[in-house]
Amino acid sequence: MGKTLFEKIWDAHIVIEKENSPSLIYIDRHLVHEVTSPQAFDGLRMNNRSVRRPDLTIATMDHNVPTNNRTLPILDQTSAVQIQTLEKNCKDFGIQLFDINSPNQGIVHVIGPQLGITLPGSTIVCGDSHTSTHGAFGALAFGIGTSEVEHVLASQTLWLEKPKPFEIRIEGKRKNPHAVTAKDIILSIIKNIGTSGGNGTVIEYKGEGISDLSMEQRMTICNMSIEAGARAGLIAPDEKTFEYLRGREYTPKNYESLVDYWRDNLKTDSDAKFEKNYTLHVDNIAPQVSWGTNPGMTCDVTESVPFPEDFSKGDQNQKKGAEKALEYMALNPGTPITEIKIDRVFIGSCTNARLEDLIEASKVVKGKKLSPHVRAMVVPGSQMVKKQAEELGLDKIFTDANFEWREAGCSMCLGMNPDILSPGERCASTSNRNFEGRQGTGGRTHLVSPVMAAAAAIEGHFVDVREMDLN
Amino acid sequence: MQSFKKVKTIITPLDKVNVDTDQIVPKQFLKLVQKSGFGKFLFYNWRYDDQEHLKSDFILNDSKYKNSKILVVGDNFGCGSSREHAVWALQDYGFSVIISPSFADIFYSNCFKNGLLPIILDDKTVEKLYQETGEIEVDLENQIVKTSSGEISFVIDLHKKKILLEGLDDIAQTLLYEKKISEFEKQSKIPSVL
Repeated sequence: MGKTLFEKIWDAHIVIEKENSPSLIYIDRHLVHEVTSPQAFDGLRMNNRSVRRPDLTIATMDHNVPTNNRTLPILDQTSAVQIQTLEKNCKDFGIQLFDINSPNQGIVHVIGPQLGITLPGSTIVCGDSHTSTHGAFGALAFGIGTSEVEHVLASQTLWLEKPKPFEIRIEGKRKNPHAVTAKDIILSIIKNIGTSGGNGTVIEYKGEGISDLSMEQRMTICNMSIEAGARAGLIAPDEKTFEYLRGREYTPKNYESLVDYWRDNLKTDSDAKFEKNYTLHVDNIAPQVSWGTNPGMTCDVTESVPFPEDFSKGDQNQKKGAEKALEYMALNPGTPITEIKIDRVFIGSCTNARLEDLIEASKVVKGKKLSPHVRAMVVPGSQMVKKQAEELGLDKIFTDANFEWREAGCSMCLGMNPDILSPGERCASTSNRNFEGRQGTGGRTHLVSPVMAAAAAIEGHFVDVREMDLN
Repeated sequence: MQSFKKVKTIITPLDKVNVDTDQIVPKQFLKLVQKSGFGKFLFYNWRYDDQEHLKSDFILNDSKYKNSKILVVGDNFGCGSSREHAVWALQDYGFSVIISPSFADIFYSNCFKNGLLPIILDDKTVEKLYQETGEIEVDLENQIVKTSSGEISFVIDLHKKKILLEGLDDIAQTLLYEKKISEFEKQSKIPSVL
């Protein structure tokens, strides 16, 4: 019987395999950031251990860096300490760091691909659940906890139980690909399979709906695999993948010979078997808006906030969850989504802050003004994205429309830095999680695509972006 | 790592599904650079009001549960962010066992790195456990939960069980395979970053 792409990458990284117990898996790339690493480096020090492969380890600071003026000192002392701690740890252990002043600084999942550090067929880990993003390149990439960060630093390996392969096919053609985006595809999937639908699995996304997507859109899909509970998301590399990585700062010197090998080897065999299957037809899907407090609580922009009994389909726990979510979100069932007014807009995060996201959002904004009661910020995913966007004049389009144009970082996706919602504020956000308090205590998050966020910023409430002229 | 063998206390029933790690320990407390002291931030936004007073309607604030070491909770516990701070907070607060119909993958594996025992029991059993007011005993060696109405056995991977029972240092074990790791590196096709 044939093998899935996931099984091929897994098998190629087994250092030790024993029956009925976890395998020792080799890790090719370890990305490190300031929040989940300090305790791991401390552990190494306490045990007199070194970093086994500093040459496979790259660090940056993204979660709690301020996104305003970089020449000012960091006012939050605990954030400042955490950032200095990463600087010291990287110096002590010989790890390459893209610090706050580096032109390569940015959200770890944006810079990895952008610098050519992410490679097809490799294993990539980071102490961050959205490491699944890198799966868009045909890498087996997943988030780990701090103890595992320490384990990888010390041994370049991890003991892992083998997840099950899950095939998600995306079939058909979107009618309006500027208005119905990769974000809408992945939100539709999570809405349908649920936030635990992928637990214990690695999802491979396949089909016409995937090969049609650009690399940046594929990253949006893989990024949110974790929101369906999957350990990782994976897309087989194709010519778009190889072209994207060609000639980047850290692309390997023997790249073309690697490409030859990947082209022949990195795909699921036709007779391979998946543990689970799901198919989404995208011909008629609408832009999505989340209404609740997890990414599965999502509906079409043309729908109304659901009644808990309709949403739960008879499951009492789901009904209770929906009631609690509506209370937190201060929404009444039956309210049309397009009547929900917003206070804030956040265009950013490892899900949707790449150049293409900003270009698409800028088309909605161009020549218009922000709704007077809305505050909106655009936070590029990396300093490199910021620079490229500025070369295209996108910063000017956004600032002319009264949007704030910021420095790179995770920003209001998780509000570990000064960018947060105030209690009760409602935000259209291009990020990945609408959990209670995620963007600030008492803040209310609606997950949407960049074009939907931009349209909501202009109108002051959600609108169906398909009705706007995007050319 | 501390080992885990047995514990006997009353349970704390937290009848909620999809409890994410942002709820277990909110992001503003992730800036600390040590592992200790996270217990006071556990379920922070559910435990405290805007003035940082304890909310009387949240179960952890009921003094009856003060000495409970066993948290019983709904499906998909620990979903979302990979933050191990969630495990550190639960443990530092005093929990040593979490019982749920299912756990999110990263949270589940983080538990075993710290000596916290996650037990998976089916929905119906968990629903019944919510009603249990007396002490229950969790015995890892024999894989049994003893309640007033009888014994419930649970399944756990043998390797993980051993790690908890013996409190093994994972990294020390792995480094014994140094030769194998070096051999693997010699044949790897993926080049260094730098």
